[in-house]
Order: sequence, then C-alpha cells, then structure tokens
Amino acid sequence: MSNLSRRNLITTALGAAAGASGLAVAARLADRYGLIPPDHGGLYGGGASLTYAAQRLLTRHSLAREFPRSQISKPPFANGKPPQDKAFQRLQAGAFADWRLAVDGMVARPASFSLAQLRSYPSRSQITHLACEEGWSFIAQWTGVPLSHVLNVVGILPQARYVVYFSIEPGWWDSVDMADALHPQTLVTYGMNDGDLPVGHGGPLRLRVPRQLGYKSVKYIIRLTVTDSLKGFGKGLGSSAPEYGYSWYAGI
Amino acid sequence: MADAAWVPGLAAAAPATTNTPRHTAVVRVAHWVTTLCFFALLVSGIEIVISHPRFYWGEAGNSLTPPLFHLPIPASRASVPTGYGYVLPDQNGWSRYLHFQAAWVAVLTGLLYAVFGLFTGHFRKNLFPARADLSRRALSGEIANHLRFKPPGEADAWSYNALQRLTYLFVIFVLFPLVIWTGLAMSPAVASAFPAAVTVFGGQQSARTIHFFVSVGLVLFLLVHIAMVCLAGFRNRMRAMITGRAGGHKEHA
Repeated sequence: MSNLSRRNLITTALGAAAGASGLAVAARLADRYGLIPPDHGGLYGGGASLTYAAQRLLTRHSLAREFPRSQISKPPFANGKPPQDKAFQRLQAGAFADWRLAVDGMVARPASFSLAQLRSYPSRSQITHLACEEGWSFIAQWTGVPLSHVLNVVGILPQARYVVYFSIEPGWWDSVDMADALHPQTLVTYGMNDGDLPVGHGGPLRLRVPRQLGYKSVKYIIRLTVTDSLKGFGKGLGSSAPEYGYSWYAGI
Repeated sequence: MADAAWVPGLAAAAPATTNTPRHTAVVRVAHWVTTLCFFALLVSGIEIVISHPRFYWGEAGNSLTPPLFHLPIPASRASVPTGYGYVLPDQNGWSRYLHFQAAWVAVLTGLLYAVFGLFTGHFRKNLFPARADLSRRALSGEIANHLRFKPPGEADAWSYNALQRLTYLFVIFVLFPLVIWTGLAMSPAVASAFPAAVTVFGGQQSARTIHFFVSVGLVLFLLVHIAMVCLAGFRNRMRAMITGRAGGHKEHA
C-alpha cells in the first residue's frame, strides 16, 4: 500500500513537473509565433489565448464564406445610433467630402486619404455574413479597398505586428493582427449593397473584418496606426472591447 | 416477479475485493470537472441568450426578420422587440469569456476521458450494453422497473443497467459532440476554415438554434440524472463518484 502511494506520488510529481515545463515552453513558442492575444491576462486569459492560438493555427489563410446575391438580407439590420458629436455631424452635412483616413505608426510614408482617393484604388466587393456577439446576423454586399492595399501604399515596416484603427467616436477603437490586416477580405469599406455605405452601417468608412464578429468591424474610422506592440494603446488590451469586458479576438 | 426480466449485464457482479473503486479516478475527476464546466456553460449560455432571445433558421436572422420562435422573456438589448417595456443589464462580456473558457476545459477533459475510455475498455465494459440486455423483453422489463420506481438492487451499485448505459452513451457520443459542433459552427473564423461544418446544419442561425435545443436536452438529462441519483440513494452514489467506494450493504440506513 505504501509502495503504491509512493509510486503514485512520484508519478504525479513527475507528471506535474513535465506538465508545467511543457506549458512554459508552449507559452514561449506561442508568443514567438504570435499566438498570444493582448488580453491574455486575468481570469479568462487562458480560454481567450487557447481560442486565439487554435483559430490562428487553423484559420490563418481561410476565406470567409461568400454568398449569392439572393441571400442578401432585406433590409439589413443597422445596430446602434449614428455618432452624436459635432465633428461627425459637420462632416455629414458636407456629404463627407472632407472625411479623411490618416495612416501612421510603423509605416514608411504616413498619409491621409480622402474618400475619393480610397475609391480610386482597386476595389473589392464581397457578400459576407456579419454576426453580432448577441446572436443575430445579416448578409450584405460590402465594397471597399482591401486594407492590405492601403498598407502597401504607405509601406509597412517589417516589425509591424498589429494595425490599430480608430472611430471618430471617442473611445471606440480596435486592432487586428497582421493575419487579419493583410487578409484579402479585410476591407476599408465605403459601399454596401450597390450604394454608399449608410451611416447606420458605419458610413462613410468602416473596417470590415468578416472572419470576426461584428464588433471588430469598427464604424466611422478616421485613423489607422501600424504598431509592433499594443501596450501603448488604452489599457494595453488591444481594443476598447476588453475594457468593456469583451474579448479582443472575436473569431468566435 | 419483475426480477424475472432482469438479465444481469457483464459487469453486474461486485468485484471480489473492496479496494476496486466503483469509478476509476479518471472517471471521477472527469465527472466533476465536467460538472463545474456544465454549470459555467449553462449560466453564461443563459446570459448570452438573454441578449437576443429570438431564434432563426438558415444563415442569417435579426430583429427585422421573422424568428422561428422567441422566448417570452425580456432582453438585455434595447434593439430586440420583446414586448417588455424594459431592458435587462448586459452581461455578455464576461459570459462569453466564461462560456469559451469553460468550453475549452470541458472539451479537453472530454478528449482525455474519451482516450481513456477507448484504451482501458471503459466504454466497452461499463457503457456498452450486453446484447442480451438489448432484447425487447429485457428493455421493456427495465422500463417497467423504472416506471414503478423500483429501487435499485445490490448489483446496480456496481454497474449500470441497459437504460442507463444507452442514456450515457447518447449523452457522451451524440449530445456532447453535437453541442460542441454547433457551438463551433457559430464561429465566423471556424466557418471560414470549415464551411461544410456550417452548411450541414443549414446555416449559422440554424446551428445556433440546434445549439439551444441540444443544451435544453442536456439540461433535461441533468435533471433526470440528479433525480435518479436521489432515488437510488444520494449518499451512496455521491460517495461512489467522489471517493470511488461503493457497495451498499453496510451503509444502507
């Protein structure tokens, strides 16, 4: 009996040691390959990290499903209210002619684009699903310039790891890793269902990230910042979403 | 003479030594870890449903499209037409974090349990019913015993009867995989990598609706499971699943 329990004890201790060192090695490797999300700390960091790492390994290059025109939701559901602040209303009164998208950070040529400039770039249209974390969804056609094209125009530096994007609404910002930033379906979106992107859906400019839930597709974007670290932005959690209790990575 | 219908299964006899646990350590640990995860998933799942208590069929559905059905409860979002004049507090953030964290622990535990069950013969010995127990006569006798609330005998403390075996197999190999699959099918990233995993259900909203019904099925299983444990002798059954010790003779009050 005592032999058995001693053997059990030794086996358990060896198992625990192997498990702990295995976890430490896994964590270092995961960080090196960009598999640790910025909101990895705290009570739910383990689950958030596992989800992000697993989905990055399995879905890095996968394409969001695209649908036939017949499946476009009529009418599409516009969530939330348009911005109430003066700056937005002034721009809206001028039919967004003065809207600018600034791109800065780790780029060779910081720039500020007008809507006309963005529209002059090669465009992409795709009919994709937008799912809200609440459970509802709709399908719409989204038209815009791939974010990767805009990033090519400004020339991102090799150490770039994230693109942070800001809404004109104060305190509303988010970020994606380079896998999503350079993904062909990540669009700086200005059109929807053959028209301009309506204000209710984030017009005049919204970043659409179709492989993640709706809240990653921030509306009314005015600025992109390319960075190698998210520590200096807000509370360092990668987005305003975790500051409200929502996970940074929203592929699920 | 209901006992005439009782055909003992393979593992009906109590083991010779009392040192043999009723449930192995792996089964006991997996059981309680899963229990914890189940409650975390249930509470957080209810919170998530409250943000949009409408269900749809197909790929897409929202407040502007007719639902397949809706739950007659208030919602935590003002954008949902519920008929109630008020909105519940929004608890989705931590609920989603907790839901996926508990899902990870449950799935990893389940994988460990499945590998263990395959390699140790746990499924074969303890869960697959004996052929004789599956005859119409044996099964109807078992059902009759249950309907009469006949208390379980000595052998039941050491083995599962055919109905229990079939139920556990259904939960382990049908309901759990289905609830995991429909959960994953709601993920836009998983849908992008494995579109067939979504279309097989008819769309992401269909997957959400099925996820809801399978969860309801799991809750029903839980309620019956707890009721049966109470009927069979709460203390004995709890001790068997916590310490592994079973066998009723001394402990029967």
